[in-house]
Amino acid sequence: MEVSFKETELCLGLPGGGGGGGSPLVVEPEIAPKATGKRGFVDLELNLQSEDCSGLTDLNETVKKSNNSASSTKDKSVVSSAAAVKDPAKPPAKAQVVGWPPVRSYRKNMMAPQKAAADEETEKKGSGTFSAAFVKVSMDGAPYLRKVDLKTYGSYKELSDALGKMFSSFTMGNYGAQGMIDFMNESKLMDLLNSSDYVPTYEDKDGDWMLVGDVPWEMFVESCKRLRIMKGSEAIGLAPRAMEKCKSRT
Amino acid sequence: MASPLSFPEEVLEHIFSYLTLPSDLNSASLVCKSWYSADRYSRRKAFIGNCYSLSPQGLVSRFPNLRSVEIKGKPHFADFNLVPEGWGGYFFPWVRTMSVAYPWLEEIRLKRMVVSDEALELIGRSFPNFRVLVLAFCDGFSTDGLAAIAANCRHLRELDLRESEVEDSSGHWISRFPDSFTSLVSLNISCIASEVNFPALERLVSRCPNLRSLHLNRAVPIEHLPNLLRRAPQLVDFGTGTCSSEVHPDIYSNLVRAFAGCRGLRNLCGFWDVIPAYLPAVYSVCFGLTTLNLSYSTIPSPDLANLINQCPNLQRLWVLDYIEDSGLEAVASTCKDLQELRVFPSAPFIPEANVQLTEQGLVHVSLGCKKLQSVLYFCRQFSNAALVTIAQNRPNLTRFRLCIIEPHTPDYLTREPLDMGFGAIVQHCRDLRRLSLSGLLTDRVFEYIGTYAKKLEMLSVAFAGHTDAGLHHILSGCDRLRKLEIRDSPFGDRALLTNAAKLETMRSLWMSSCSVSFGACKLLSRMMPRLNVEVIDENDDPCSRPDNCMVEKLYIYRSLAGPRFDMPGFVWTVNEENSTMRSSSALPS
Repeated sequence: MEVSFKETELCLGLPGGGGGGGSPLVVEPEIAPKATGKRGFVDLELNLQSEDCSGLTDLNETVKKSNNSASSTKDKSVVSSAAAVKDPAKPPAKAQVVGWPPVRSYRKNMMAPQKAAADEETEKKGSGTFSAAFVKVSMDGAPYLRKVDLKTYGSYKELSDALGKMFSSFTMGNYGAQGMIDFMNESKLMDLLNSSDYVPTYEDKDGDWMLVGDVPWEMFVESCKRLRIMKGSEAIGLAPRAMEKCKSRT
Repeated sequence: MASPLSFPEEVLEHIFSYLTLPSDLNSASLVCKSWYSADRYSRRKAFIGNCYSLSPQGLVSRFPNLRSVEIKGKPHFADFNLVPEGWGGYFFPWVRTMSVAYPWLEEIRLKRMVVSDEALELIGRSFPNFRVLVLAFCDGFSTDGLAAIAANCRHLRELDLRESEVEDSSGHWISRFPDSFTSLVSLNISCIASEVNFPALERLVSRCPNLRSLHLNRAVPIEHLPNLLRRAPQLVDFGTGTCSSEVHPDIYSNLVRAFAGCRGLRNLCGFWDVIPAYLPAVYSVCFGLTTLNLSYSTIPSPDLANLINQCPNLQRLWVLDYIEDSGLEAVASTCKDLQELRVFPSAPFIPEANVQLTEQGLVHVSLGCKKLQSVLYFCRQFSNAALVTIAQNRPNLTRFRLCIIEPHTPDYLTREPLDMGFGAIVQHCRDLRRLSLSGLLTDRVFEYIGTYAKKLEMLSVAFAGHTDAGLHHILSGCDRLRKLEIRDSPFGDRALLTNAAKLETMRSLWMSSCSVSFGACKLLSRMMPRLNVEVIDENDDPCSRPDNCMVEKLYIYRSLAGPRFDMPGFVWTVNEENSTMRSSSALPS
């Protein structure tokens, strides 16, 4: 974002004539900040005893010197979700920032997709449904649970990346082009389970524990109630059931 | 021999019982030793804003005779998933200590704490006079714990689970209230997802003549409402269940009659999935309504406006942005007593607006509702001009939270930052206690805040500012600041360290995705031994990285209890020996 650093220079006056494109609606505010006699930031002297001087310099430096930090807006909290654009006519889903806008998850979960007249337009747009899908995630051996909102991810790959960050010893195996497990191919499935230390499983609407990746992503989001990352060797026990269920669906 | 000016302790205690504000009692306790002692033994209520600021043992030794305790746990940003699960805020250590020290405890109010079933069972067993349990935004318990409360708390008056997360094992917990139990005054179970045993609920309502407040959960269908309301015409505060079934003429007319019978109704909420055709059923009570919470209802604007036009005495209104600017114009002309307005977003994650709600709606309300004090407003565009107008119209604002949904959004008319607009807010609204910022903001806005917002107690900052000057303005200028929470803003070491002493005058400081280095945390901790400097890092031990690495999340709070020991693996307390401490992985219950 382009910022004129002149604007960040401390002074008690108002910003000079605004950027272009203003409408005649600009109202002159009544702010007339007076010189309060208070020492401005630039006068401050830091008098600390510190052996750890690496980050500390005399605060008499002017603001201009901190140009470096000015544009270091952290990107760490952005959950990148360059979601696959299925319908080219729809605008691509934006990267969703964790916890923004600040809507309580209780509220998000309570607002199920509703067919209210006012919302029909939104429903058609698809990616904007309000509801969230918070599910608990546990990993065998980890002492604490996490929670994720499945709706912030667009694919199994994104979910896998996020889980990998949360539980650092976990990575999802090779799930093929679609990101789904090929349940029809038993040997491939067994390979996958044998080669992974940990495998993600989920409890679906029926209360069954299934292997993650057995259904298309959207269906998974709708039916997943809870996630559990378990040892591959344990998950093998699930595989036959998962394959049965998968076969009975097709 | 006692001086003529000294009273027996019992007299002092009696006098102190007339002082209700904790600040007054605190002042009294500082006068002399006998007043300190009198206050100590006569104090009946305690409010603990941060559960880690002192230990349970510390509380019971300071005030041995409490009857009412209110405790808050997790930081506010936990509401938005910025605090990982398992962070802390456990209630059990408190109830374990209090169960021994306060046999006469009557009231427990908790916010953002982790409450286990075991803790609830302990409440049921330990406090024979227990009357009030409020669990706001809590989690960690199930309906089994509620069953224990219902079965054992013979004199329970209030059970309020507002927006807590409850694991549903069974809807039968409500039948555990004995048939002899008749003392209920307030019941809020709106957060319970599954069906509650409805006949048992009906019987409970019938036998509690003092029931004034009842919030049902979504699972209660609208057909059940008329019978329920007929059994409790004395209700003052009512939350419906779901209202989504097709409008049946019989049900509708039953509903109309039932509501008409509730002459004393002042607060209405719920209305989940409500079909607009049902709304006229409540028209008979609208005139008396002072609070209306429609924030879970996707009612379109014209129907909303019709409803609101029936409510001239509203003081508090919570709605979704379906109300649109036109609906807010109706509010501005009808609700002349409005004090609090909250407008929530219906579709916060889509890029473009789905409703016609802009800054104009709030401008109208600010003009028409002269008693407006408290605002929470989500929208997609704003302008400095609108903020200035609002500030000039409503200098009596005490809480102003504006959330422009897209970060870094400038004034949509001039493309400038919104510094000037928020500056006007703090300059005109001299009693402002709470402020949340959004939109494109430079360090300038913080200069205004530090200069003018002298009564500000809580400030929330996101995606704002350029340099440490911003944070420095806040910390050096806002004399009454108690809680500061900042995310995704480039504030770092210098401002924090320069204002280290300020942090001990505040309850807490949260900074996430900012530019604070681990080295600065260590230094701060050494400078300020009575602060707990906690680093939350889900990737790594911060010790394993160089000191100039940024910390992910930082939570700093003053504490009499020293570092805590119930932290999960991803939280480190930076202590004075420049090393970090973390707890063992044992989880408290």
